[in-house]
Amino acid sequence: MPDTPLIEITNLCLRVNNTDLLDSISMSSKDCGVTMVMGPNGAGKSLLLKCLHGLIKPTFGSVKVSGEYVLGPSTNQAMVFQTPVLLRRNVFANLKFAAPPGTNAVTINNALSTAHLADKKDLPARLLSGGEQQRLALVRALLRKPKLLVLDEPTASLDPASIQIIEGLIQDFTEHGGKTIFVSHDIGQAKRLGSDIIFLHKGRVVEHSDAARFFINPKSKEAKAYLNGQLIV
Amino acid sequence: MLTQAFSEAFSLIASANPDLYEILWLSVKVSLTALLSASILALPLGTILAISEFKGKRAIVTFFTAMMGLPPVVVGLFVYLMLSRSGPLGVLELLYTPAAMIIAQCILIVPIVTSLTHQIIEELNREYRDLFFSLRIDTGRAIFAYLWDARFSLLTTVLAGFGRAISEVGAVMIVGGNINHLTRIMTTAIALETSKGNLALALALGIVLLMIALVVNALVMIVKTFAMDKGYA
Repeated sequence: MPDTPLIEITNLCLRVNNTDLLDSISMSSKDCGVTMVMGPNGAGKSLLLKCLHGLIKPTFGSVKVSGEYVLGPSTNQAMVFQTPVLLRRNVFANLKFAAPPGTNAVTINNALSTAHLADKKDLPARLLSGGEQQRLALVRALLRKPKLLVLDEPTASLDPASIQIIEGLIQDFTEHGGKTIFVSHDIGQAKRLGSDIIFLHKGRVVEHSDAARFFINPKSKEAKAYLNGQLIV
Repeated sequence: MLTQAFSEAFSLIASANPDLYEILWLSVKVSLTALLSASILALPLGTILAISEFKGKRAIVTFFTAMMGLPPVVVGLFVYLMLSRSGPLGVLELLYTPAAMIIAQCILIVPIVTSLTHQIIEELNREYRDLFFSLRIDTGRAIFAYLWDARFSLLTTVLAGFGRAISEVGAVMIVGGNINHLTRIMTTAIALETSKGNLALALALGIVLLMIALVVNALVMIVKTFAMDKGYA
């Protein structure tokens, strides 16, 4: 199915207590590159990602990845959460637990090297710094060899060195044909990584355009205000 | 009189009095067997209650919480009725044997370990749930992962169960009968020897019981500190 987009969302609604947290979202996205999801706090970015990953069941509408309806997490997707969730084990054991069956120690050690964590593999994962924990969470996701990588603000409040390593891993993933959906408030980061931008406001997609066009000439007044650092009401 | 009793008690302990050590050994054997049996049942049960959602779950959790304060004599009476010759399990001829005492202690420990395990794993589940769902971890593997990752907290729970078992007197007195060389354990022996006026042996057993309680509590503290320091708690 060469014409089928990797991600296809149709009329997605998420209603909680009679409030539409996501409202009639329809969009599709091509097979590779980094789609940045932006918008003010409470816009529904994380909820959209959770629906896309199958962690939340939408009230209406559908989500398809690779032409298949998302009814729960699948092997062709991996997600990294804003706060890294690490098991109460050492670094190596964290990767071993999440790795596909049959993954050998060499593969795990290589993965740790890519995140500059090879010398920390025997340390308890929870004693790592915030940046190291997030890098570990990212390589754990990549170790599963997903087609689609779903990232919910993985670089929020990290130091520049960790952000650089994480962005490098994401770029490497997309260069090898992977697709990334990335929530971020960092405009500079969106410019560096994004191939297209989805801008959400009050649970609706108010703009979806190429990154270059979005940053030079945003169409919606909400996106203009956001990029100018103004409060959106 | 008191000084003399203490002096004799310490000499009984120091001289490795065979009666004292026989009672001590049986007490530890009965309580450890009860603890092991209860833990095999209660640890997975508490975990399943914590991570699964089903109708009536709250009622079951409330039941186990309420049973934590189960009066031992009532348990003793219940087990006695079950195991007595005219009872439904009378054919097993377990009354007045260490097995009956193990059953009684087991009934007392199961609610404690189940309820505390439920609390510990429920907290861990709030943290791990989305990750395990995202990684498509099946229930069996999740149960083992929860039990392993909460091992240090659960060890505290298990030791609390051991403390309850080893210090229990009412139930084991009823179902064990406090028979010399067969079902006489520390607590029942202390009650008997005190009533006979044999304060030396009662005190010696009391001192040993106290030492066991202190060692168990010290172990709990050591385990807690280790787990906190290593980021495993």
